[in-house]
Amino acid sequence: MQTFKLTVNGQQKEVTADPGTPLLWILREDLKMTGTKYGCGIAACGACTVHLGGVPTRSCVVPISLVGNRPAVTIEAMADDPAGRAVQDAWVAEDVVQCGYCQSGQIMAAVALLKSVRKPTDKDIEESMGGNLCRCGTYVRIRQAIKTAAKQLA
Amino acid sequence: MATVTTNKTQLTRRSFLMASATAAGGLLVSLYLDLPLLAQESGPPKLKVYPPDAFIEIKPDGKIVIQVNRLEFGQGVQTSLPMVLADEMDADWTHVVAELAPAADIYRDPVRGIQMVGGSGSIATSFTQYRELGARTRAMLVAAAAQRWNVSPDQCSTAVSVVHGPAGQSATYAELAADAARQPVPTSVELKQPVQFKLIGKHTRRLDTRAKCDGSLKFGLDLDLPGMKTALVARAPVFGGRVRSIDDSAARSVRGVSDVFVIPTISGGTAVAVVADKFWTAKQARDRLKIEWDLSAAERADSSQLLAKYRELARTPGLVAANVGDIKKMDGLKDRIVAEYDFPYLAHSPMEPLNTTVRFEGDRAEVWAGSQFQTIDHAAIAEVLGLKPEQVTFHTEMAGGGFGRRAVADSHVQREAAEIAKRVRGTPVKLIWTREDDVRGGYYRPLHVHRAEIGIGPDGFPIAWQHVVVGQSLLAGTPFAVMMKGGVDPTVAEGVNDTHYAIPNFYVTVHHPKVNVPVLWWRSVGHTHSAFVMETLVDELATRAKMDAMAYRRKFLKPDAKKLRAALDLVDAKSAPWRARLPKGHAVGFACHESFKTGVACAAEVSHENGRPRIHRVTMAVDAGMVVNPLSVESQFQGGIVFGLTQLLGAITLRDGIVEQRNFDGYALPYIGDAPPLVDVHIVPSTEAPTGCGEPPVPVIAPAVANAMFWLTGKRIRSLPLRKS
Amino acid sequence: MNRSRAVTVPAILCALVVFAAWLAASPGSAEQSAKRNASDNPREVGLAAWQQIYSVMSHPRCINCHTAGNYPQQGDDRHRHFFNVVRGPEGKGVPALQCATCHQSSNADSTGVPGAEGWHLAPLTMRWQDANDKALPSSAVCRTVTDRSKNGGLDGAGLVKHHQTELVKWAWQPGLRNDGTARSVPPISYEQFMAATQDWVQAGMPCPQ
Repeated sequence: MQTFKLTVNGQQKEVTADPGTPLLWILREDLKMTGTKYGCGIAACGACTVHLGGVPTRSCVVPISLVGNRPAVTIEAMADDPAGRAVQDAWVAEDVVQCGYCQSGQIMAAVALLKSVRKPTDKDIEESMGGNLCRCGTYVRIRQAIKTAAKQLA
Repeated sequence: MATVTTNKTQLTRRSFLMASATAAGGLLVSLYLDLPLLAQESGPPKLKVYPPDAFIEIKPDGKIVIQVNRLEFGQGVQTSLPMVLADEMDADWTHVVAELAPAADIYRDPVRGIQMVGGSGSIATSFTQYRELGARTRAMLVAAAAQRWNVSPDQCSTAVSVVHGPAGQSATYAELAADAARQPVPTSVELKQPVQFKLIGKHTRRLDTRAKCDGSLKFGLDLDLPGMKTALVARAPVFGGRVRSIDDSAARSVRGVSDVFVIPTISGGTAVAVVADKFWTAKQARDRLKIEWDLSAAERADSSQLLAKYRELARTPGLVAANVGDIKKMDGLKDRIVAEYDFPYLAHSPMEPLNTTVRFEGDRAEVWAGSQFQTIDHAAIAEVLGLKPEQVTFHTEMAGGGFGRRAVADSHVQREAAEIAKRVRGTPVKLIWTREDDVRGGYYRPLHVHRAEIGIGPDGFPIAWQHVVVGQSLLAGTPFAVMMKGGVDPTVAEGVNDTHYAIPNFYVTVHHPKVNVPVLWWRSVGHTHSAFVMETLVDELATRAKMDAMAYRRKFLKPDAKKLRAALDLVDAKSAPWRARLPKGHAVGFACHESFKTGVACAAEVSHENGRPRIHRVTMAVDAGMVVNPLSVESQFQGGIVFGLTQLLGAITLRDGIVEQRNFDGYALPYIGDAPPLVDVHIVPSTEAPTGCGEPPVPVIAPAVANAMFWLTGKRIRSLPLRKS
Repeated sequence: MNRSRAVTVPAILCALVVFAAWLAASPGSAEQSAKRNASDNPREVGLAAWQQIYSVMSHPRCINCHTAGNYPQQGDDRHRHFFNVVRGPEGKGVPALQCATCHQSSNADSTGVPGAEGWHLAPLTMRWQDANDKALPSSAVCRTVTDRSKNGGLDGAGLVKHHQTELVKWAWQPGLRNDGTARSVPPISYEQFMAATQDWVQAGMPCPQ
């Protein structure tokens, strides 16, 4: 057990945990932030995506011991981020969501894409969103919503 | 209006639950069954006066809280059933809030008789029920206003949560709520004519989207209670295995572990539960368990052995599932197609891993679960805990997908959770199935083999068709076995034996081998494999007859296949423009299939890269009777297509009793790059009674793609998943 | 001639021959004898050293990121990396699915994801496989790595330095898989790899035909 300091959504946090504990479970259980989801545990589905040091990161495979001083940003902070807000609004406007369980990860990935590429093409969208799994099959609407959000941010 | 129902303690006190006096959960459940489940109903739903106060609460601020009598797991019922109620109630839609009702007798499906979601039946069975609830509530509000103003109720009108009187009087529903609650509940009500609908039939965005986009909505897995523990279970590598010995010293040494013990599982097996303060702790401990399994009594199912055995069985007639005309007419027919198909086990893999939380206090218990079968699960937990159902409060949690995986007659997940809760009395414990547990844990869409022999007449249409389906029964050994006639499981034969094609001499038989692999309905059930067989065979027949695939189907369908014909016509019209401009290397494939009383047709534009199809576009048409929320239907169909693509990609295989796949690395599922970027959905206008939309889109996509692939490769696909050519 | 001297010299010579033969036969002396032969044939020394280098380069821990296609490989069976990760314009993935999305600056043994500083794909110019994911032969790989128009302008000293980067060193400490087993390492030690690199560079970086 070790004590770790980390910054989450701009706030300083301190947790005591086994160093091998994935950031995902630190967020969900130690910090009670359940917006970031557990879908597979092997970085296959993207439901656990957060932004770590500005990089979209699959928190289920990053142990707390490797986080360092990189700030973490989660889905809970997206409403206060211009790109995050645009994506959420687009998700509502285009009625993207079905069960919703994968959508925190989808949104975090979409925001990362839009922060990097102002006008993503179909190929950009397909490649960047290519590792986020949705069992309800909301992909068609996700494509559309990313384009809507891009227009909004332009 | 009294606010009894949303106070969950009061609901328990007022409980409508029947006393259960039985030790066998199965028997208990069958007492609840009014009619066969997955009902091909024999008449209109049994009308009953459902008390509005169990379903609607009007708050002082005008918010209208509506209880939804079944699980929301992505199909949109949390929006569509409230739409139905709010429309008849003339409620202000912007004030509507939906809640998932807990397990209670009053929330049982009015046709199927248990609280459940499945069989694409939510709208079909609760449409009239929720309309009447809304109309009754409106009538009581109007009666209260009429009294207040000393006028007659038919001098009043309602709109957007306001009652208007004949002389300009008005009062909001919130203002009238208390008085309305005191009115007698009218036994009969007048429902709107469709032309009066304000919400029903209109594109309506879902109520829960924002909360699912900002991390605030809690799923079952997100539940957090004071003092809660997390449990994982180590299960035998072969179904039905038992624990012979455990060395849990390393497991117990993990800090945060509170207990390790053996629990019973279904089918006479046992497993080892680990209870800990957190998920990661439990996982570390479980990984350190050294368990010796007794697998001696466990049959070791093996996919390739099963396939070989099933192929043998398919060459012999089984139990009769359909017998039309005289199959002996086959003897004189020289022009034949003989085709054998095989399909693997499939896992549902909803995005939210299975979970249930139970707190057992000795004389009562509380449960939180995203359950598709509340009545059954509730009874099962009560049974394990030695309680009566009315001593158990069962909360319905939002679920991250289900596809049938959360509708299990043996309630195995809930039973595991209850067994664990029994040992940690007083502490809430959350049982989680990891993704590995889920992929390897059984309850799959079964492995199937089909063998069809078709005798073709000189006009290119079948004169005789003999068909054998081999697959494990889903219903045998469950309370739903009442639906089996002559030993035939209708969920295995469906889509073949009830075909809408006109086959003059048609003989369908089934074999239901008993295999030691738990099986379950997977979104669209028997239609997942039967539609593939039927729609690829029909395409092959069309090719042989040198007829266009669409024209052949129009001629082959029975004259009264109204919904399929309407869907075919619509898909033809809507896809014709792009079909006329197909780029080089692209082909179109068709399929049409009726399931859960909904007719669906689709046209898929496909090209071919490195042995894999690439789907560019799908046009779909659906006749589901009257549609409540066309926007939701569009999503269901776009999503159902993707779910259906799982069939082309994924397979669960067993070798010597052990599941070979572990997680999403071994079990291939469709990502955005596998899905068509464009799916347009068209709804046949209808005023018929609503039928289902959750499952009907799934069966058509795999055969449509396979049919397109034939034009690209010259090969017929008879085995799924697709393998590199 | 003195009789004892005539007997002694042949005996000494004999012993020397036997000793030399024993030296040549013992494993640790391969290098020694190569060095002895160096004065005779530097090219032979260099080629022998290159074979050792190639045995490392063609090992999954290295070749999995020296692919010819739009994707990395993973595992000892070198299957295409799961989950649709792609190369991206700089071999670091694409904006929302980067290598760094999962791979950190050191191994995550508790979750089975390997990591090292600067995790990324080698550029396409530095591919060591053909379009069918088959490893290229030793001669082709040698020509590629010594081609300064392909290797980023590196000379011998530059190549030695490249072999000292964290990402290359990672191959010998590749961490645990998510089932707890250790990933396999190249057939020679890192020290042997560096010594072979030095020998090869010193010998003028010869390539086999």
